[in-house]
Amino acid sequence: MLSAVIEVAVGNLRLEVDLEVDEGEVVALLGPNGAGKTTALRAIAGLRPIDDGRIELDGCVLDHPATATFVATSRRPIGVVFQDYLLFPRLSALDNVAFGLRARGRPRADARAEAQRWLDRLGLADVAGARPRSLSGGQAQRVALARALATDPRLLLLDEPLAALDAGTRLWVRTELRRHLATFDGARLLVTHDPVDALVLADRLVILEDGRITQTGVPAEVTARPASRYAAQLVGINLLHGVAAGERTVRLGTGTELTVADPLPGPEVAIALRPQAIALHRHRPDGSPRNSWAATVSEVEADRDRVRVTLAGPVPATAEITPAAVAELDLVAGTPVWASVKAVDLTTYQR
Amino acid sequence: MKPRVGQRRRPRSARAPWLIGPLAALAVAYIAVPFVALLQRAPWTNLGEAVRQPVVTDALRLSLVTAFAATGFSLLVGIPLAWVLARTRFPGRSATRALITLPMVLPPVVGGAALLFAFGRQGMLGGPVATATGFLLPFSVWGVVAANTFVAMPFLVVTVEAGLRAADARYEDAAATLGASRGMIFWRVTVPHAAPSIIAGAVLCWARALGEFGATVTFAGNLQGRTQTMPLAVFLALETDREAAIALSLVLIAVSLAVLLPLRDRWLGT
Amino acid sequence: MRRRPQVAAAVATVVVMALAISGCGRGADAGAGVESRITVLAAASLTDAFSDVATAFEAATPGLTVEVNSGASSSLREQILAGAPGDVFAPADNANMAAVVKAGAAVDPADFVANELQIVVPAGNSAGVTGLADFADADLLLGLCAEEVPCGQLARRVLATAGVTPGGLAPAIDTNEPDVRSLLTKVEAGELDAGIVYRTDVLAAGDAVEGIDIPADANVAVTYAIAALTGAANPEGAAAFVAFVLSDEGQAILASFGFRTP
Repeated sequence: MLSAVIEVAVGNLRLEVDLEVDEGEVVALLGPNGAGKTTALRAIAGLRPIDDGRIELDGCVLDHPATATFVATSRRPIGVVFQDYLLFPRLSALDNVAFGLRARGRPRADARAEAQRWLDRLGLADVAGARPRSLSGGQAQRVALARALATDPRLLLLDEPLAALDAGTRLWVRTELRRHLATFDGARLLVTHDPVDALVLADRLVILEDGRITQTGVPAEVTARPASRYAAQLVGINLLHGVAAGERTVRLGTGTELTVADPLPGPEVAIALRPQAIALHRHRPDGSPRNSWAATVSEVEADRDRVRVTLAGPVPATAEITPAAVAELDLVAGTPVWASVKAVDLTTYQR
Repeated sequence: MKPRVGQRRRPRSARAPWLIGPLAALAVAYIAVPFVALLQRAPWTNLGEAVRQPVVTDALRLSLVTAFAATGFSLLVGIPLAWVLARTRFPGRSATRALITLPMVLPPVVGGAALLFAFGRQGMLGGPVATATGFLLPFSVWGVVAANTFVAMPFLVVTVEAGLRAADARYEDAAATLGASRGMIFWRVTVPHAAPSIIAGAVLCWARALGEFGATVTFAGNLQGRTQTMPLAVFLALETDREAAIALSLVLIAVSLAVLLPLRDRWLGT
Repeated sequence: MRRRPQVAAAVATVVVMALAISGCGRGADAGAGVESRITVLAAASLTDAFSDVATAFEAATPGLTVEVNSGASSSLREQILAGAPGDVFAPADNANMAAVVKAGAAVDPADFVANELQIVVPAGNSAGVTGLADFADADLLLGLCAEEVPCGQLARRVLATAGVTPGGLAPAIDTNEPDVRSLLTKVEAGELDAGIVYRTDVLAAGDAVEGIDIPADANVAVTYAIAALTGAANPEGAAAFVAFVLSDEGQAILASFGFRTP
């Protein structure tokens, strides 16, 4: 279990964070760029000593300025997956994974055998001899994960693990990462600015804004009662639950079927849908969007330059559109509308 | 696996902007013409004979040995210095960086005289050492190495420091999170990452040491087989026999090319 | 119309300058009252003495300025043979003068001073050097000029004549310096126990060193010759400078630097 009270000043930012991650828990530290997420992660890893506070892992004090206690990064039982993975470019995938074992004094042959087992487990047996440069983004991420896990850490830190990937591979790698994270039993802390990553990967969200935690809770709580404008925007994501009804078809509890772009990860799936991805029409749309349904507006709420429109019907969701569109469609509570969404905008993951 | 993005066909090499090509050609010509002129004056028929003279073989051997020794010593202390300059902050860092480049601007003869005042028999440090142990740097092979190192090491330090600055220090962080000790991080991560700049710096350092004249003659003197390097032999040959001097220069050029070309291909070029 | 004379003057100036620069102005008359300069290529050992001689010459010959370009005699010879501009040549030995005369670049050299060798030791002579015999002592740090340069050739001849290094080999020597100044620097710094240089150099080095005379029967007399160069841009000025050097006034200045009359 990680217990971290972090106070540290970086440039103009003053970071004050009180954070706990339980054994077996996945916590996402979610916030906009510059909020101090990466600084918090670096402090926990020991790459940035804290000015004040106390960092403790499984009862061992790692950093406590008041008692001049500081455990060096290399002596902390913490694995880190860095933002762009930072695989050593001159070492093969295998030697990257074996690096931490060698650092702990394991004989070369032994370390390599162990590293090979990790690669096998993560489906990377084929690329053991490859240099990082020739790996795909998803492969590189898994090698980085294997490298971090091979040292048998008590805490796994992931810094924007999906940010370096392009949109196409991201969806698939996110599902993979979720599966692999599930096999690790220590505490896991994930830093991200992407609410979809957070919702898909984390058990609990911690929202960090401008160096302070503004909200913490399970995704449903945060979604239901966002404590700040940022949180509202961030987690205003529609979460839908359903079951597989075909290779790329999900049947929701209401019986409505939605078509998604990629093969489903399992029989029971959750779908994340951004409010901005929902288009509203007066009449039934014809043409490309395969997913469309009739709905009734239950609430219209202006939010600065955007308007959030809550829809009742077969797909309970909130759409976010421009004030101009609201005027054109003449939307008020009770207005019947047609909603549509493209298959690629439906992010699925295993429940 | 999946096809990687960005496989759009691209021209094999960049098209030069306006004037760049002619200016680059001018640069090449400016360096090449004097060498062509030198080759034109070369006594090709006597070349083999000139190379076999003991004075030449002695000087060549000494030049190679001392240039490699100076490069080795520069690597030993220069890489750590470059690391300290690139990765740490301490008062006087700028002054240290300026100091380390001084030998590059100092006339080598003055550098040699400064070495004498420091490490000579009557020197600030050399005096007490000579009194205590009888060890003397001037007029010995070590003196040549010392002079070469003084003049050539800055090239290594400046190059490696630039390389370390350009390298991503987060790889060192990554190694630390994997449990690597500071020593292991330095040798397994920092040094391999800086390898291209270390090789480039070592090449510059070696080449400068091989051609070093002023500081060597001033500090170490000139004695065949002990302190007479190729540049000294060339200079003295010029006193009596210009053709012999040109022949010796060609030998020096050929040997340095033989050492540098494979390195360039392997480490610095593509 | 009034601009005519100015234009003529300008043209004349350009022509005179061009002739001076191109170095092909044989016979070109610098003309009385027109300022002119001559370039003297002198041996390194003459640097200080010729500086004083030049000053006195300029004072005695208004309108002429002298630039003394000093260096190793062999380097100066190479420059002259390669066509570098110069008016007067004064090397430190006869071989270099002979080479230049043979090439037709100079005529009628005249001996103008004599010099001889002397043992030079650091002030205080802490190694206790007494004479040429010490140059066989391997325990001392000893330097000579390299045998490729005149002072090195002469020093070896002296040592052979004195019987110190029969056959010309000098195994006790620790360094063969490329020029006198380089050798003198090391003796001044106390890095060498002794060296052999020209008497005038010992005098010029001042209090940092001491000179020990070499017996006349072993020593060599070196005569310095001076000649105007046939390619001189200013032959009259060159001739005037040579004459001044040979005059009583010039000789007196040279004597004050330790040179003797030939």
